[in-house]
Amino acid sequence: MKDLSLYILDIAMNSVRAGAKNIAILLTEENNVLTLRIEDNGCGMTEEQVEKLSNPFFTTRKTRKVGLGVPFLRMLSEMTGGKVTVTSRPEADFENHGTEVVATFHTDHIDFIPLGDVVETVVTLIQGNPDSDYVFRHKTDKLDVNMDTREMRAILGEEIPLNAYEVLAFIREFLLGQYENEN
Amino acid sequence: MKTLAELAAIREQMKDKVAIRTGSGAVRVVVGMATCGITAGARPVLNAFVEEVTKAGLNDKVMVTQTGCIGICQYEPVVEIYEDGKEKVTYVKMTAEKAKEVVEKHLKGGEAVSQYLIGNTEL
Ligand SMILES: Nc1ncnc2c1ncn2[C@@H]1O[C@H](COP(=O)(O)OP(=O)(O)OP(=O)(O)O)[C@@H](O)[C@H]1O
Ligand SMILES: [Mg+2]
Repeated sequence: MKDLSLYILDIAMNSVRAGAKNIAILLTEENNVLTLRIEDNGCGMTEEQVEKLSNPFFTTRKTRKVGLGVPFLRMLSEMTGGKVTVTSRPEADFENHGTEVVATFHTDHIDFIPLGDVVETVVTLIQGNPDSDYVFRHKTDKLDVNMDTREMRAILGEEIPLNAYEVLAFIREFLLGQYENEN
Repeated sequence: MKTLAELAAIREQMKDKVAIRTGSGAVRVVVGMATCGITAGARPVLNAFVEEVTKAGLNDKVMVTQTGCIGICQYEPVVEIYEDGKEKVTYVKMTAEKAKEVVEKHLKGGEAVSQYLIGNTEL
């Protein structure tokens, strides 16, 4: 994958597939370390499953025998000297089931790939799964970009889906505006 | 800069349109968005369909949706088109440009773009 925003889309798609109703994508950059945190309240995984996640041959998908998403992210992160931690609580055991994937990257490492178009990733997620809610935050010393679709829904009301074309276009501009303003 | 308050205006504009739109879905464009699809470039393909379908004024008829791995990873990005009463059509190795052409010729014009169909595309 060309840039980090595609990895973010891919990892967040796992959350979608896990039936998450709330997905948060949080990016913080500090002292040349970029931390990506993706939280969801989906079905979660057992401890055993989490352990297997470092192995590309673990997948619950049916169309293909290898799961590539998490191993790809891990490889990319470790190449820059970072690491990936996954914590999860399965549906059966807890009320607060869900998963957190935390990945760190050293942005000054030669193998670090650029973040890319993270706004397009957020828009794409919402387009495909408009019934879930999303929090997005990107914080560096220069900018603090924030979005919470629950605030948008409160204004839009029930009838208008988040993936109506006009709403998606708004979300794109809303985020891009925050990036421009604080640069 | 855009503020959330602008959403209120969007809500007013859309009130009447929404009712029409919910009855739609006679044609479904399904884009594969698993790791294999995303790696091969599915995101711009998806967004090109969303954009072009709207530009072509086909939003009431055509729904653009996402799915996981369709199982033919080597052909990604894969796009399937489902239309009532017709056989499923599978486009492979898609790009944003090809998506634009498919909207124009297939979704608008009613004629599939045969050179992008599975079976007519070399790996
Ligand atoms: N957020 C999550 N919630 C619940 N289960 C998850 C989550 N993320 C990953 N998993 C589990 O881990 C497996 C492996 O994930 P991974 O992303 O590596 O591969 P995949 O999604 O199965 O396939 P691919 O990403 O290649 O399309 C998944 O099939 C799923 O069972
Ligand atoms: Mg995956």
